[in-house]
Amino acid sequence: MYVAVKGGEKAIRNAHKLLANRRRGDRSVPSLTLDQIAEQLALSVARVMGEGSLYDEGLAALAIKQARGDLIEATFLLRAYRTTLPRFGYSTPVDTGAMRVERRISATYKDLPGGQVLGPTFDYSHRLLDFALAAEEEGDLPEPDRACHTDAPMPRVTDLLGTEGLIEPDPAGDPGAAVGDLTREPLAFPADRDLRLQNLARGDEGFLLALAYSSQRGYARTHPFTGEIRYGAVEVEFYAEELGFEVPLGTIKVTECQMVNQFSGSAKAPPAFTRGYGLVFGQVERKAMAMAMVDRALRWQELGEEQTAPVQDEEFVLSHSDNIQATGFVEHLKLPHYVDFQAELDLVRKLRAEWFAARDGAKTGTQEAAE
Amino acid sequence: MTSPAASESRSSTDMDRKAAMAVLAQTRPEDLAKAYSSLPVAPDYDFVRPPETGLVMVRGRTGGSGQPFNLGEATVTRCVVRLAGGQTGHAYVLGRHKTKAVHAAVCDALWQCETSRPLVMASVLQPLKTRQEAEAARLAAETAATKVDFFTMVRGDD
Repeated sequence: MYVAVKGGEKAIRNAHKLLANRRRGDRSVPSLTLDQIAEQLALSVARVMGEGSLYDEGLAALAIKQARGDLIEATFLLRAYRTTLPRFGYSTPVDTGAMRVERRISATYKDLPGGQVLGPTFDYSHRLLDFALAAEEEGDLPEPDRACHTDAPMPRVTDLLGTEGLIEPDPAGDPGAAVGDLTREPLAFPADRDLRLQNLARGDEGFLLALAYSSQRGYARTHPFTGEIRYGAVEVEFYAEELGFEVPLGTIKVTECQMVNQFSGSAKAPPAFTRGYGLVFGQVERKAMAMAMVDRALRWQELGEEQTAPVQDEEFVLSHSDNIQATGFVEHLKLPHYVDFQAELDLVRKLRAEWFAARDGAKTGTQEAAE
Repeated sequence: MTSPAASESRSSTDMDRKAAMAVLAQTRPEDLAKAYSSLPVAPDYDFVRPPETGLVMVRGRTGGSGQPFNLGEATVTRCVVRLAGGQTGHAYVLGRHKTKAVHAAVCDALWQCETSRPLVMASVLQPLKTRQEAEAARLAAETAATKVDFFTMVRGDD
């Protein structure tokens, strides 16, 4: 029960003023610029864009600065901002096969057309703190090495192997079918794969990571191989009615992950490798992998598998993946609940009085019986 | 659909309208402003639709090539201009940069006029495209340097 409570205006005003000061911190330290955040905290920016479900590096950088680096708060700011803008429409689906690849690895095939390119990765680093970065001046960084490159295409691994029939093909679906959109219709169950993927793409990285991890540890049977991870720029095109053709809008960076899972077959499908799919804004590899594993686990019904674990429960997964909804409900507990609590207090007092009365009554009764 | 590879393979001289729009969309606002200011005569135009920022829902495909799904939105700024000669030009570009959208729309209009096309090609589109290709080549070369060379024992059967 919510009751309007008056008062505290001045305290709130002053708290906001204090927050603005604490956010800025020590004035002798230079203020962060949005370019610095976008360039040097690019992975935070990517995470906020993905979970905020809004691709705009400048806005995400601003949100991170305003939120003092609290990435869920920053995501919240982005989600709130997007509601102020009109929707022009839907893009043509991006073609990740034509990606300008900056990283591409496969854990299933060593030699594949286009090869394995590591790109900018933390993998193979020793996770030792680099105190050179703590120095005031970082010094001159050597330019990255360059090597000859060809414009040879880099087909998706899953497209290469699909021809053998060993790996399930992509679901063709009905070309005329409407594509579900969570920003237009609230989530309803059962949710089709398009809705599930949209939900996971904007889901909390930590939540998806924990679910994916649970599936590896035996809560649902997934034994995935990383078929491919690729990161790079894809062109976005938008069909403009007034022009009658698909207008190129520019490029965005995305990470795509194809997980390949062993599948021994069922009444519904022959033995083959099945796939889980992850696609996220920016270089957010951990989440793309987790998303692909959770996507695969949620397909248990379609593949005729048994449901045994939370990661397979679409209602559980999809209802709790959104960190803005989650934080809203958890943090609302900070709001005044004075009247609710007063009612509960009266109730507990009454119950206690009854409990003591019953105990004392029983004691007296026992004593009387003994005498 | 114009893939990055496909647009690169075309020579700069036979750029079609869509390829020209791709160059304009891909350009950083400050680079476009600089190229635009190098046009010999500042174009005279009116707004048909003043620059407006909104959202486009970006779609992906299940598994990469399957059924579409909604990945997330992106900010887009659009603008329509009419040159003094009557030619209209359109722009839809990622981001919230209104001046960039105006410059892109004017360049689109100039590109469509037979008379001004050589001018906008020489002053704006070709220099920007050359620069983008150089940046793409640098990125590709840096990426290629991280390509893994596997050492395997030769088995002699292939």
